[in-house]
Amino acid sequence: MGVIQVDREIDARGMACPGPLMALIGAIREEQVGTVIAVLSSDAGSRTDIPAWTTKAKQELVDVEDADGYVRFVVRKAR
Amino acid sequence: MSGVPARVVVVGGGVGGTLVANLLSRDLGRDVRVTVVDPTGMHSYQPGFLYVALGEASGRWLFRDERELLRGDVDLAVDGAETIDRDGGVVRLESGASLPYDYLVLAPGARLVPEQVPGMSNGESGAGGHHFYSLEGAIRLREAVRQFRGGRILVGIAGIPYKCPPAPIEFVLMLEDHLRRRGIRKKADIKFLSPLNRAFTVESASKLVQPIMDRRGIGLETFFNVETVDPSAGVVTSLEGEKAEYDLLVLVPPHRGQRVVEDSGLGDAGGWLPTDRSTLEVEGCERVFAMGDATNLPISKSGSTAHFEAPVVASRIASMIRGTAPASSYGGRVMCFLEVGGRKATVLRFDYEHPPVPPKPSAVWHTAKWMFNRLYWVTVPQGRIPERAVRKEETQ
Repeated sequence: MGVIQVDREIDARGMACPGPLMALIGAIREEQVGTVIAVLSSDAGSRTDIPAWTTKAKQELVDVEDADGYVRFVVRKAR
Repeated sequence: MSGVPARVVVVGGGVGGTLVANLLSRDLGRDVRVTVVDPTGMHSYQPGFLYVALGEASGRWLFRDERELLRGDVDLAVDGAETIDRDGGVVRLESGASLPYDYLVLAPGARLVPEQVPGMSNGESGAGGHHFYSLEGAIRLREAVRQFRGGRILVGIAGIPYKCPPAPIEFVLMLEDHLRRRGIRKKADIKFLSPLNRAFTVESASKLVQPIMDRRGIGLETFFNVETVDPSAGVVTSLEGEKAEYDLLVLVPPHRGQRVVEDSGLGDAGGWLPTDRSTLEVEGCERVFAMGDATNLPISKSGSTAHFEAPVVASRIASMIRGTAPASSYGGRVMCFLEVGGRKATVLRFDYEHPPVPPKPSAVWHTAKWMFNRLYWVTVPQGRIPERAVRKEETQ
């Protein structure tokens, strides 16, 4: 698998729920279709909230990567 | 101490600004000169708008002259704060006057920006949605509720963060109760639109209110982030691609930080002040503090938050003026009531580290909220209640 080119990264570490999800939603509103957005979250709730929201919103969850004390979600704006 | 009093300017005459001004004046006496700047000079008790919207209270008891709430030795400038000149240590006012400061407290509150949602009105025209985040909006909504005879009702949140997180849940539960008492509940289809995957931002409170909503037949649409309102068709669309139809629409408008924050280059993308979560100092700004709705802190935007923050800000400024090390810090403490209708309520008490564990709704908490509503004017702005307890708990 090739390296995913991220167009915009949001560091939402330290934000409490629902901060990281709302930051992602804000970025989806602002960006063009096709843009790849990475969200870094240390909030445990994001692990369920962000994948559930991308499914509901018909956005593409490209990658979920565990890091030291946080999770990096990579989402492509699909529509 | 030198003979020259320290100059403290407080921007905003809401809960936090009024209380911090009174505490500083009381504790430091002649060593401080406090000036509160407020564009209206009127203090409003915003939690009361909810009751106005449901015809349970009039707007009369929700406003007092700010001058009456401030100690006699606190100055009040009824003027708008236009910009903050940090380098010069001056607040520039709309009238053209300037107020120099040694310490600055920014408590200007939040701003409603319904214009961010295409089609949404500021409550002036019911078709584009109502809200109860101003007295005028609450009065128009009260009339719309009065005239409602049946149909589809949508209650939702058009942006996070917003003031008083429990308010829309309280409204929908109280509205359901109101329609039942009027005998028209069966003619109403009520739905709650939540931007999240649950009814309420706080999970423990969601677990309490969702079963109540289920029992009362209030539908819940989750992950519904309002994108547009079509007033002529009576349709709300979401970012997620869904549509919801309405005859009566009640939407919490999106909020932003105040213009003075944005125009001074102090705000983040949402216009909120980047604030240290413990010291409440604005990041990168010495001797400048922020409190209440204006901060970017991950905590409720509510009067309760400002109420618990004010003693910390006052104590830290007092220490700096006295030349001692500030000892108080804010732990994220908030306490708010949540009405569930039927004259019952619960209470949410939490801080940065401890989520709320709300008790079963009862008449006791409803009565407590009503008593608090009535006693507010003679207690909170003057620091007559929990302040001692707050200081004890918040000081580490």
